[in-house]
Amino acid sequence: MTTTDPSVNYLNHEKGLRSWLMTLDHKRLGLMYMWSTFVAMLLGGSFALALRLELFAPGQQIMSKDFYNHMFTLHGAVMIFLVIIPSIPAALGNFVLPIMLGAKDVAFPKLNRFSYHLYLTGAVFLIAAILTGGLDTGWTFYTPYSTSTDTSVIIAVMGAFILGFSSIFTGLNFIATIHKMRPPGMTWFRMPLLLWALYATSVIQILATPVLGIALLMLIVERVLGVGILDPALGGDPVLFQHLFWFYSHPAVYVMILPAMGVLSEMFAVYSRKQIFGYRYIAYSSISIAIVSFIVWGHHLYVSGQSTMVSVIFSAITFTVAIPSAIKVFNWIATMYKGSINLTTGMISALAVIWLFGIGGLTGLWMANLSTDMHLHDTYFVVSHFHFVMVGSALFSYLGAVHHWWPKMFGVMYDEGKGRLWTIMTFIGFNITFLPQFLLGTRGMPRRYFDYAPQFEFLNKVSTIGSMIVGLSIVMVFWNLLRSLKNGKKAPANPWGGVTLEWQCASPPSPHNFEDAPTVGDPYDMSQNRFVSDEEGYVPVTPSENDPYVYQVKVEEA
Amino acid sequence: MSSDHHDPLLAHHFDDMEQQFDTNKFGMWVFLLTEILFFSGLFVAYAVYRSNHSDVFEYASQYLNTNLGALNTIVLLLSSFTAAWAVRAAQLGQNGLVTKLLGVTVLCAFGFMAIKAEEYSHKYHEGLLWGGAEHSIFKVDTNTVDPAVAEHSEYWSEVKELPPEFRRQIGIFFGIYFCLTGLHGIHVIIGIIVILWLMRRNVRGDFSPQKYDAIDLGALYWHLVDLIWIYLFPLLYLIS
Ligand SMILES: [Cu+2]
Repeated sequence: MTTTDPSVNYLNHEKGLRSWLMTLDHKRLGLMYMWSTFVAMLLGGSFALALRLELFAPGQQIMSKDFYNHMFTLHGAVMIFLVIIPSIPAALGNFVLPIMLGAKDVAFPKLNRFSYHLYLTGAVFLIAAILTGGLDTGWTFYTPYSTSTDTSVIIAVMGAFILGFSSIFTGLNFIATIHKMRPPGMTWFRMPLLLWALYATSVIQILATPVLGIALLMLIVERVLGVGILDPALGGDPVLFQHLFWFYSHPAVYVMILPAMGVLSEMFAVYSRKQIFGYRYIAYSSISIAIVSFIVWGHHLYVSGQSTMVSVIFSAITFTVAIPSAIKVFNWIATMYKGSINLTTGMISALAVIWLFGIGGLTGLWMANLSTDMHLHDTYFVVSHFHFVMVGSALFSYLGAVHHWWPKMFGVMYDEGKGRLWTIMTFIGFNITFLPQFLLGTRGMPRRYFDYAPQFEFLNKVSTIGSMIVGLSIVMVFWNLLRSLKNGKKAPANPWGGVTLEWQCASPPSPHNFEDAPTVGDPYDMSQNRFVSDEEGYVPVTPSENDPYVYQVKVEEA
Repeated sequence: MSSDHHDPLLAHHFDDMEQQFDTNKFGMWVFLLTEILFFSGLFVAYAVYRSNHSDVFEYASQYLNTNLGALNTIVLLLSSFTAAWAVRAAQLGQNGLVTKLLGVTVLCAFGFMAIKAEEYSHKYHEGLLWGGAEHSIFKVDTNTVDPAVAEHSEYWSEVKELPPEFRRQIGIFFGIYFCLTGLHGIHVIIGIIVILWLMRRNVRGDFSPQKYDAIDLGALYWHLVDLIWIYLFPLLYLIS
């Protein structure tokens, strides 16, 4: 199976829809996940814009109250289950994880394909729910409302259940791959930090998602058979559902943010042309975030009647999450210090995340605090906080990552100028949208209502205008990327100077990733390659013959 | 990439058989972990309600047939033993024996389901169901109990004298009982399908001492199904 023809790559070696849908190649699966998340993002994004238009002024604008309830539920469900959860872990993770590791594929390629097929099936269920009566429970499916409303709860819950298993199998695959498929030389501490992050994410996926699965199953059984466990009328306890739901859904926040942090660690090092600062601390902080994420879920239940003692404990543990999160941010900043910073679109996204995650993370502490949370619970403050984390941090990192690996995925360069412009515009629009919502929240505007008191009108108008800027800019970001597929410049193997293994294979990679076995070294030793203007990219500095890890040639400043 | 090995048993992305076997087994263990967490939600429900209403649980557990539960425990233990033996036989290349042992395993699994069905139908007949079920005798409002069920259920005369809240919580006990044993039953059925599939592949000659991963993994799954029952039996049947 030796392919020497450089024009044969994973994109063109087989043709036809079937060759994609039935592929076992992790790279093709990664791309399909990516396109799917983009389509879902368009859908969920239009729901969001519709919501903001409704909130442009008090009273009914463009939709009824009921329709509004459907809209915010579906916006949440689509964005979380179809976009953010699979974004970096499944889409990008599938593409880069085996290559970064130096493996030919994930441990279980057929299971990987099955995960994607489950994802598609789950998506079909969610869409079927939209078409057959909609869903108005909020994405959290809280009982007892979800067991009594007459909307399509069962179909939607089955969709979420199936998507959960898709996520579990991806996590299982990645864990097995990282444990068992590392080539000689790839020790745990030579793994790029993105792999540490994906590993920690996968641990959460396999441990937390099954609990969501059973919670959703109990909800279905409750609705269909009236089994009583979650139904107060039959002596059951609806709060049990909240506990089980958040036992998954709090860690799920880290399924969204941990891989984003992994991506940032890669981008800050590469775009600063500097060794990452505090490698081990970043690696361990990923693991500790994953562990702590399992014991903080009660901070969603401060007002549910759980005992004060328990709330105090959950509050205290929640505060500790700030430590590993801050370790990462400080290390990124230290990585940039005295680096030679390359302000690509990816780097601009990464810098934006420091701001957005700073705000999103710190406002989280307000709500971890018991007394302030009593005031802020279920207000727009919460809405703004988690949008800063999920969209501002996770989705911005995803967009940055897509730009960063775009040349590797498709072998073409996107237009950097337009990429920068529209990323910055998205950033500005995002802040205009969500900063006013913090104010609205502290002034007492509750979330999930289609109407509001007149004194909130101005800030809501600002927020809606901001959301339009985001909508337009995101479309332009995608447009810029898509255009490059047609007329983008050909990408070199290593356009940014990354040292991790994916930059050692061709752009786009050959069907089996590497033509020659890659050399595994320090993933952040930037002196291993240098810029060559003829190539418009970076090429390896020739290693000495007897020791592949010691490089004698000094970097020429490009 | 020079791939000199053209061993048809080795998937292209592994270096050698050992790595392939290790990876498969590792993956299965991780999967079993997710299975345990999948059940955990119901175990949590059990723990919560039992700690809040231990008297109800002790009382309600007497409605379960301990003899049939114990018999099922023995049946499953035997099937786990034959499944483990089948792995050993596959390792030694005794393929004929593998088929027989897997056959015994599958028969035990069917036996388990038959006994379970007997238990379920008895419960249904007597109205020993969760409060929301039409046939249940554990309704809070005794007037809503189906008179036909009340008439022939041997437990009705006793149950109708219980305080309403107590009766309601017995309904929850049965809700948990049916959810746990039902979910376990689904796993038994999946196990039956897996073992039948393994038997077919074994007869076809897919397995050799060099490669019998699937039998090993299938048996691991079956042990988990067994293990969960080992917990369910005392938690549900042996409370008092
Ligand atoms: Cu949380």
